[in-house]
Amino acid sequence: MDPISILLGGFASGMVLFIVSVGLSVTMGLMGFVNLAHGGFAMLGGYVIVLAMKHWGFSFLPSLALAFVAVALFAVVLERLLYARLYRATELDQVLFTIGLVFVMTAAVTLGVGPETQVVELPDWLRGQTDLGFIKYRTYSLALIAAGTALVIALWLGFERTRFGARIRAAVDNRRMAQSLGVDVGRLFAATFAIGSGLAAVGGGLGAEILGLDPNYPLRYLVYFLIVVAVGGLGRVTGVFFAALLIGVLDFVLKIYFPKGGTIFIYVLTLMLLLWRPQGIFGRRGA
Amino acid sequence: MIAATQLARRHRFRWWELLPWAAGIAVFFVFPNYLSFATQVLITILFALSLDLVLGYAGIVTLGHAAFFGAGAYTVGMLAMHWGWNEPFSGLLAGALVAAVIGFFSGVVLLRTHGLTLLMLTLCTMTLLEQAANMGAAWTGGFDGMPGLSFTKILGLFGFDSLYFRSQYLYALAMLFLCFAIVRVLVYSSFGQSLTGVRENLLRMHAVGAPVRMRQVIAYTVSAALAGVAGALFTQANGYVNLAVLGLERSAGVMIVLILGGYGRLYGAFVGAIVYMVLEHTLAKAYPTAWQLGLGLTLIVVALFARNGVIGIADSLRRRVKADAR
Repeated sequence: MDPISILLGGFASGMVLFIVSVGLSVTMGLMGFVNLAHGGFAMLGGYVIVLAMKHWGFSFLPSLALAFVAVALFAVVLERLLYARLYRATELDQVLFTIGLVFVMTAAVTLGVGPETQVVELPDWLRGQTDLGFIKYRTYSLALIAAGTALVIALWLGFERTRFGARIRAAVDNRRMAQSLGVDVGRLFAATFAIGSGLAAVGGGLGAEILGLDPNYPLRYLVYFLIVVAVGGLGRVTGVFFAALLIGVLDFVLKIYFPKGGTIFIYVLTLMLLLWRPQGIFGRRGA
Repeated sequence: MIAATQLARRHRFRWWELLPWAAGIAVFFVFPNYLSFATQVLITILFALSLDLVLGYAGIVTLGHAAFFGAGAYTVGMLAMHWGWNEPFSGLLAGALVAAVIGFFSGVVLLRTHGLTLLMLTLCTMTLLEQAANMGAAWTGGFDGMPGLSFTKILGLFGFDSLYFRSQYLYALAMLFLCFAIVRVLVYSSFGQSLTGVRENLLRMHAVGAPVRMRQVIAYTVSAALAGVAGALFTQANGYVNLAVLGLERSAGVMIVLILGGYGRLYGAFVGAIVYMVLEHTLAKAYPTAWQLGLGLTLIVVALFARNGVIGIADSLRRRVKADAR
């Protein structure tokens, strides 16, 4: 394969990783909550999209919107009812709670829909190849790259240019200080949790082509999502973006050239990186 | 004053501490047809006990403890497969040693971090070993692992029988007893007290000048060695080893076992392993999805309401009854 195709393929899977993980990064940065169930929201989103297109007569884009709204609502209910009780709990309790949640989600999906792998049917305009002038590449991968880029720009603007974003940044850097300045961190967290989970839901659906979609999705990709967040730094949108692209490209390259266990390099790299900079490449010390 | 005497007597041997071992021997005679399953329970108890040392006593939250179980299991497997080293006891020691070495070096490096970073690093270390075992197929058998391993007789007398697991059971019981004795001595020693101190108040332990990191690394290493013994027992008792010994599911599983039983209290590992494995044995095969659902809901409830597990619930009930009686 030529280098540009490899880069594009890697970018496409990196974009999926970014869309799913960005919410995790922000919520973990805000509350320091170890949320191992984040992939579960991505999976639920994927299933909403599949069901909406198969049985409820939605077309592709509206079903994405539906997945975002449905999962965001579900997440905010969970957050207010259960997550909120554990903000001050130990990491151990948070780990247990979120692992339990993953089991429940997996079992619920298996019972409700079935254990088999689901396929998200792409609309005609996303199939086939597109000629970029210098190269012909899969339309869907290009669309993913475009969508991911648009999203990171939107999120960056939201973070850097709006009052809401300023509050989040303040709370990530110093929660107590933000609180004493009158920022309602609880409500802020609920809102970010909802948006982050909604984005994960969209990512789960968009990425079904690359990552697959079945009840074991949340546990299988848990390590990947966590690696992206840990490398990118907590609460850093652009950090997560670059980390996701890096991991996406690396994974793509390694799977082509070392199909047997080549991903071992990703773990080695992550280990060394975290030892060198425990706060991630783009994270700030003490944040 | 009462509290002080209680504290001083904490390590004293109590008569009911004989019960688990009496029960262990009784199982051998009462359930001769279930010894294969009972052996797996014993191995899980030992594995959970090793986790209790780091999680319950030293307060180190790890998601990668299966790394040491797997290291012990693969060491014994590879020694038997490639070098014909089939003697069980020396195999156990070798497994413990390899796991301890990995535990020591990873501990020295990883325990500088805490929180999410530590979780990630332990998880990455384990996944790294898992991938290495997958990749080095010439040595480890790759995805299929190493089936059909055989070991020489224990003490030259008792052969491993793959049908009834009689010798395996007694062998595992004896090893569990030995390891338990070590852990019990350790946690009630001044070393164990300072571990608890580290767990309860890290800053204060630093302030009084305790060698915090050193203590944590030692606890981590000992725990790794014990987990290695558990893994080695697994390979010897079953006669095979495969990638399942190294996965996230085993790490999460043993943590669940320990939490359900109650952590930081020695016997939590016993209660947790027995309750979990008996339930799993009876329910999981017949209704796998319902089992997963039930397990998930249980974990959520435990995390929200019952942090000290089965023993914790029993404890608080006992206290309530005592208070009523007064």
